Amino acid sequence: MPKRSPEERIRDFNEVALGYDEQMAVKEASRCIQCPEAPCIKGCPVGINIPKFIKFIRERKFEEAYRVVKEGSPIPAITGRVCPQEKQCEKYCTLAKLGQPIAIGALERFVADWAKERGVHVDLQQIDKRSERVAVIGSGPAGIVFATDLAKLGYDVTVFEALHEAGGVLVYGIPEFRLPKKIVREELAYMKDLGIDIELGIVVGKTVSIHELLEEYHAIFIATGAGHPRMLGVPGENLNYIYTANEFLTRVNLMKAYLFPEYDTPIHRGRRVAVIGGGNTAMDAARAALRLGAEEVYVLYRRTREEMPARREEIDNAEEEGVKFIFLVQPIGFKGDSQGNVSDVLLMKMALGEPDESGRPRPIPTGETTDIQVDVVINAIGFHPNPVIPMTTPEIRTDNRGRIVVDSDGRTSMRRVYAGGDIVVGEGTVIEAMGWGRKAALAVHKDLAIEKKLSIAVHKR
Amino acid sequence: MNKVLSKKVLAPNVKEMDVYVPRIARVAKPGQFVIVMPDEKGERIPLTLVDWNSFEGWIRLVFLEIGVTTYKLGLKEVGESLYYIVGPLGNPTYVGKFGTVIIVGGGVGIPAAYPIARAFKEVGNYVISIIGARTSKLLIYEDRIREVSNEVHVTTDDGSKGFKGFTSDMLANLLESGLKPDLIWMVGPAPMMKSCSAIAKKYGVKAVASLNPIMVCGMGMCGACRVTVAGRTRFACFEGPEFDADKVDWDELIKRLNMYRKEEQEALNRFRDALASIAMQR
Ligand SMILES: Cc1cc2nc3c(=O)[nH]c(=O)nc-3n(C[C@H](O)[C@H](O)[C@H](O)COP(=O)(O)OP(=O)(O)OC[C@H]3O[C@@H](n4cnc5c(N)ncnc54)[C@H](O)[C@@H]3O)c2cc1C
Ligand code: SF4
Ligand code: FES
Repeated sequence: MPKRSPEERIRDFNEVALGYDEQMAVKEASRCIQCPEAPCIKGCPVGINIPKFIKFIRERKFEEAYRVVKEGSPIPAITGRVCPQEKQCEKYCTLAKLGQPIAIGALERFVADWAKERGVHVDLQQIDKRSERVAVIGSGPAGIVFATDLAKLGYDVTVFEALHEAGGVLVYGIPEFRLPKKIVREELAYMKDLGIDIELGIVVGKTVSIHELLEEYHAIFIATGAGHPRMLGVPGENLNYIYTANEFLTRVNLMKAYLFPEYDTPIHRGRRVAVIGGGNTAMDAARAALRLGAEEVYVLYRRTREEMPARREEIDNAEEEGVKFIFLVQPIGFKGDSQGNVSDVLLMKMALGEPDESGRPRPIPTGETTDIQVDVVINAIGFHPNPVIPMTTPEIRTDNRGRIVVDSDGRTSMRRVYAGGDIVVGEGTVIEAMGWGRKAALAVHKDLAIEKKLSIAVHKR
Repeated sequence: MNKVLSKKVLAPNVKEMDVYVPRIARVAKPGQFVIVMPDEKGERIPLTLVDWNSFEGWIRLVFLEIGVTTYKLGLKEVGESLYYIVGPLGNPTYVGKFGTVIIVGGGVGIPAAYPIARAFKEVGNYVISIIGARTSKLLIYEDRIREVSNEVHVTTDDGSKGFKGFTSDMLANLLESGLKPDLIWMVGPAPMMKSCSAIAKKYGVKAVASLNPIMVCGMGMCGACRVTVAGRTRFACFEGPEFDADKVDWDELIKRLNMYRKEEQEALNRFRDALASIAMQR
């Protein structure tokens, strides 16, 4: 897929990848051999009919292609951009074994953008409204799919979101240069079209309890994500300008600190920035720091390049833009100046040992230390499941890592309460979360059909 | 929803605002706070709930106009709506029957002490309030505090009203004179709380401080509000905002509160210039 040059793109927050034009899309679609058993579909957690939409592209029937895609993913302009296709649909593509899989994500993005440019809308079928009401907690990918699936079936759906914008990680985490917020807003408008009520500024567990919601709604879906940052637990971690990735990215993306002072939220623009971690969040933070004007950005990772959990594509993007990687190091502390501003990261050099539970070689301390001078640090070592609902609703069972325990359809230990997405799996992906939303929607639809006879007593306030 | 019902100037740059948010008023408890954005471009700022009425659906906020966002909040007129407000956040104050409770409130922290003093008094504690400000003109909420205290001691740094000195000096005097409170609860500027905490510790009295770190999310997602308490990192927004005062790393908190001084000043100057140029054009 065509991209803007590194020299150009690091000066702004505009999108890096440019997307296919019609000709490129048709050419790529023509490579598809239309396998009868369509192995790619089984790699897609929301089951998009991939060969069908690709065939329409080849026939230049872009609008039809869009309709097919939209049946599977209600937010194709987003999934086409952020899905790790190499681990999903494209992994199973027959052509992958022969060399180059079909660029399914790029094609999905193409049809979504094509439809948007032309103002193509999927007509909403007239559906009989049902009397059952369902509540969704959290407006990230899991909540979006759950809500749209049930709204399409005629349910009365309300989404409760704590922040001032809907979208979850799509709006507060993933940066503008990978996923423009205008696109997120346009995709979410579809929820309004379906008649879904989105209530912002409501923290379930604080503003209203699960028990109270159960009095008003027939079923509840918890999709609160894994947004609670993990700390390093080393001396000096609270010095000034040591950010968690979530704080850094929230300031930049949701609060638009890169447009300060037009927007009121500030961010410290570092000259020498260290980012700790090797995942996608680390890549996003490093690349955002560069765009805020950093001269040097270091990604510090305790294993080697081979074990980095970030997508290859994002590592390459970061590297092209000038991000430097230091492997086999683990922070053991931070030093600061007299104002409490961070000045140094102290590092333990590591070596690779035997594989651990994750199957990757375990990093072991060598005893040798080093340090680098910095003025901003971003901790991107990971997240815990959001603790607010488990803390305030002990009836909902969680495991020893704070994840809500569910059966294979998303039912929790509490009747009429379902959960899915990162709150269930820990740190997953957008499309996995969406898959959970779909499964749970089906389960709710089934369960309510049975329970209707028993008539759950709820009242509308 | 989120409509400003009334607005009052309590002191230069200090405003009191009642906002119609029934969903928050319904469940608010002493010691909790909200996060407010006056407009789409504003910061998310934490403000303590000073009062509320669950039947009428309003909450009361008091704020010092100190940065662009708080100035913008102060410009909101009665009848206008705030862009966003979420809460109630944080854990409520533990209001037990201790016996004698000293409540210390400093500056714009005094209104935040009001619902706490009221709650402690309601359950039958003997409430002694110490409230202080730089100068008498900035001393706010004295009458309200008197309504909910058994005893009130007023201090001003310049002696323009009450005792000349800091609230911490008054606290030291009371403890020195033999008073043995069962609990000291404090809210105000971090340096004030640091001093009060040291005094409480010296006299062996349990002290609780309501912390006011920089926040962004207010619900445990960002870690902007990190404080070190008893050597451990805690998120003040959802594990606090109250902690045992003698366990708090006050120096770290004070430094963290100053983190964006430069940026805040820059933004404020720009905002004032913009306001001035609008005024000129009129
Ligand atoms: C920086 C970053 C980059 C990423 N990049 C990618 C990528 O490129 N591709 C990919 O596939 N995945 C990526 N991921 C992972 C992906 O974003 C998540 O797996 C996915 O968003 C999880 O979706 P979710 O619906 O479970 O939760 P979330 O998206 O986390 O949404 C949860 C929502 O619930 C709200 N909420 C929480 N508690 C409450 C409450 N008590 N009441 C009301 N609302 C509440 C939150 O405010 C939030 O809006 C990335 C993650 C991060 C952090
Ligand atoms: S939604 Fe994701 S997994 Fe499904 S086809 Fe699109 S890119 Fe592939
Ligand atoms: S303010 Fe975000 S975690 Fe406390």
